[in-house]
Amino acid sequence: MHTAVLTKGVPDFREGQVSFDEDGHLERGKTPTVMNPNDKHALRAALQTKIRNGGDVSLMSMGPPGYGDVLREGMETVYADDLYLVSDRELAASDTWATAITLATALEEIGDVDLLFAGFKTADGETGHTGPQTCWCLDWPIITHVIALDVDEDEGTVRAKRLVEGDIEEVETVEAPLPACIIADPEFAPSYRQASHRLAHKDLRAETAERAQDHEAHMTTWDHEALNLDPDYIGLDGSPTIVSSVDPIPKAPAEREATMVDPEDSEGMNDVLEAMAPFAAGEAGDSRAAGD
Amino acid sequence: MSTRNGQGGGEEYEHYEAVVVGCGPGGAAAAATLARNGVETLVLERGAEAGSKNVSGGVIYAEKSAPYTIDDLFPDFRAEATERPITHNYIHNIAGEKVKTFDLTEIHENDTEWADAVLRRRMDSWLETRVHELTRETGGGVLTGVRASGLLRDDGEIIGVTTDELEPITADLVVGADGVNSELAREAGLMDWEEPDEWFQGVKAVISMPEGAIEDRFDIAEDEGETHLFSGDLYEGVRGGGFLYTNAETLSIGNVFHLDSIVEERAEVSELLDTLLTHPLLAQWIAGDEYEELEYSAKLVPDSKKVAHPSPTEDRLVLVGDAAGQMQAQGPLIKGMNHAVTAGALVGEAFAVARSRGDRSQAGERYVQSLYDEGVMEKIRPALYDRSRSVTEDRRAASFADRLVGSSVGRAGLDAMMRAGIVERLYNSPRMMQVLPDTATPYATLPTAIAKRHGEPIAEENTVSPPSLEERIGELTYDTDIGNPHIVVEDESWEASGAAVTACPVSAKDFGGGCYREEVVKSNGHEERVVSFDSQPCVECGTCAIVADTHWEHPRGGKGVEFEQG
Ligand SMILES: Cc1cc2nc3c(=O)[nH]c(=O)nc-3n(C[C@H](O)[C@H](O)[C@H](O)COP(=O)(O)OP(=O)(O)OC[C@H]3O[C@@H](n4cnc5c(N)ncnc54)[C@H](O)[C@@H]3O)c2cc1C
Ligand code: SF4
Repeated sequence: MHTAVLTKGVPDFREGQVSFDEDGHLERGKTPTVMNPNDKHALRAALQTKIRNGGDVSLMSMGPPGYGDVLREGMETVYADDLYLVSDRELAASDTWATAITLATALEEIGDVDLLFAGFKTADGETGHTGPQTCWCLDWPIITHVIALDVDEDEGTVRAKRLVEGDIEEVETVEAPLPACIIADPEFAPSYRQASHRLAHKDLRAETAERAQDHEAHMTTWDHEALNLDPDYIGLDGSPTIVSSVDPIPKAPAEREATMVDPEDSEGMNDVLEAMAPFAAGEAGDSRAAGD
Repeated sequence: MSTRNGQGGGEEYEHYEAVVVGCGPGGAAAAATLARNGVETLVLERGAEAGSKNVSGGVIYAEKSAPYTIDDLFPDFRAEATERPITHNYIHNIAGEKVKTFDLTEIHENDTEWADAVLRRRMDSWLETRVHELTRETGGGVLTGVRASGLLRDDGEIIGVTTDELEPITADLVVGADGVNSELAREAGLMDWEEPDEWFQGVKAVISMPEGAIEDRFDIAEDEGETHLFSGDLYEGVRGGGFLYTNAETLSIGNVFHLDSIVEERAEVSELLDTLLTHPLLAQWIAGDEYEELEYSAKLVPDSKKVAHPSPTEDRLVLVGDAAGQMQAQGPLIKGMNHAVTAGALVGEAFAVARSRGDRSQAGERYVQSLYDEGVMEKIRPALYDRSRSVTEDRRAASFADRLVGSSVGRAGLDAMMRAGIVERLYNSPRMMQVLPDTATPYATLPTAIAKRHGEPIAEENTVSPPSLEERIGELTYDTDIGNPHIVVEDESWEASGAAVTACPVSAKDFGGGCYREEVVKSNGHEERVVSFDSQPCVECGTCAIVADTHWEHPRGGKGVEFEQG
């Protein structure tokens, strides 16, 4: 089995990490890049396949050279065997379509991939298009919203449980011939019910922690020439998507005032109780009315 | 998602040559020995890491007469996994604020190659790493966070284990090294959880010490350590004693009592720990202004004299260590870890021999035979004790002994014996220690008499004020299995389960934040006294499995309390 996982770096949107300028625009330079959180589900699904079916995992990303760190992070979580970074100025400002063409070409360059995993939406673009479009370029079957997965290598098939319309209430089981593309749902739950799986998991964790220390030795970087890509189909020139305008979400008008009160300070606490009394009385009044 | 398994019929299951349940000293020794003999060995440990569930005093002994010691099996053990070598030993007989101290170094050194103080989280997690390396070579390994939930049977015969986390597993050998309250031993019908007088309960606190304080206050070098035992009237008639062991930078201080005595006296076990911690004798070592308790913990201890199983095997299952009741408490000696190690190694050896002779089913019998041939049984369940017990524990004889100690004739005799150094010699006599009865005489009456007549008053004042039970529970780490309690009280009446309100180390009368609470239910004009139960603060000591009417299991893998010291 040879699996490949697509991943992407996104600004770290967690509280305290993200920076915006005065106009509310994201300051990319000041905001650290992390792995797209939804890609973790794809990584977990790929890891389950590696543990249960063996073989190598290749992790691929397209982006600036700084994405090497995202790949290292991925290497640690998915216990990847090798890393591929497609990085080139010509590729800047690619939309999902141009990105898909680029990634599909890179995957063909790797060759022999049986199963491709991609995350469910990125945290910055939120389109959820790149995975399916890449798959379309490769002309492979695609299974989306996957929550459980089993590969039968002898039969050359993958069987998956998926949420119909992304609804947790409705689950269907589908089967596809390999090679295929899997979009893991956030509900994806890996299952290791055999001791041998958990032992393999432990081995991988130890091995990869070591390998990730020196991740660059396992990384291949390609530019558009290496992949023989026509500049007309990639980057800004190859991107048909037009972003007409972005409307900032207006700031909430509410203004609040807070007073700190030490719970040990009885006078202060009394004031709080007094301030809250009208609200409490209102409720009491309601319930009395209801009880009448 | 499993496609091949779970369809019934043993041949469909995942198989290992040996499955070892539990990665304490017994399981680690068994697994290391099996692996060294090339046996494919899988170890299942319910803790998130080995040691996270375990508590001991603890001093681990390497006995000269033992066929295997822990450093035979794990050569770097002393350098990597222990706290301090133990070089001096004392017992303090206490009567009020008077104390008479005897040197016990001689009995400790009897048959002892070395003895080291240990903390179990550090010790067992170190063992886990070594055991994983060794067993992985054989195709097995250690899995933590996996709890064996029962025995897998085929046509009634034990062929493997079931777990909460994995599909059933079959094995040619199943080693039950799952400690005190072994669910495997109980399910196999080899042990029961009925009689409180077959168990002790240990409760302890680990206390941090300022740098250099241990060396200063005990007047020892960095490569020296001490054990102190406490007996006499400080526990108001609860049979048992206290201990203090020096670790590298901490002290382990605790009590071990007979469980039946805890129940009879309705003793609040956390308060008895405070009694020891605040005794003036301890003021020379611990001080109120710097007192910091790192961890409060508790665990049952089997009494091998009564419960060491004469033949701990059934089909493919063998039991080692506490699971088989192989925990020797004789007089001031507490030896469980070393016997678990020896038994584990003997199992490994027995299986390897049986396998090489082409009949794996003989492993259990061979193991049992070696327990006798190597003298392990004689140590943990001495024939001598069985013979002498009928006399020394006879009520009239016991009360006569107690009265004698208190009479003028007895006192004169005691004085003469003290002068001649006979009492200290008796304390240091292994033979005497083997025949000590479980009555109050050796725990309270005699030590109190000794201290009263020959003890020195203590001048120092103990300023320690230990944390409340609520604070102690608050400091512990739990991963609660919400909605899935591992203990269910089956009979809530006071008669059936009321004893747990005081005997449970995280419960107490008039304390609402513990596991067991007393409640009065009024119905139809009459009042009924019942217990209510909450499993959340449970430290999995096992006490209420014996003293209350419960359905008692360990929590699922990785769930429940997590000890950092142990
Ligand atoms: C307060 C106190 C003081 C003591 N002092 C000393 C002392 O000074 N010296 C001494 O030698 N002994 C002492 N002992 C006794 C000693 O701790 C035990 O005898 C010893 O730990 C027994 O080792 P074991 O390997 O049999 O079991 P344990 O050490 O209890 O190991 C059992 C292991 O099995 C795991 N387990 C249990 N059930 C399952 C399951 N269903 N599935 C998977 N894993 C499971 C547990 O998590 C644990 O890791 C003391 C005990 C106490 C409580
Ligand atoms: S609830 Fe039972 S097992 Fe838990 S700490 Fe209390 S007595 Fe021990």
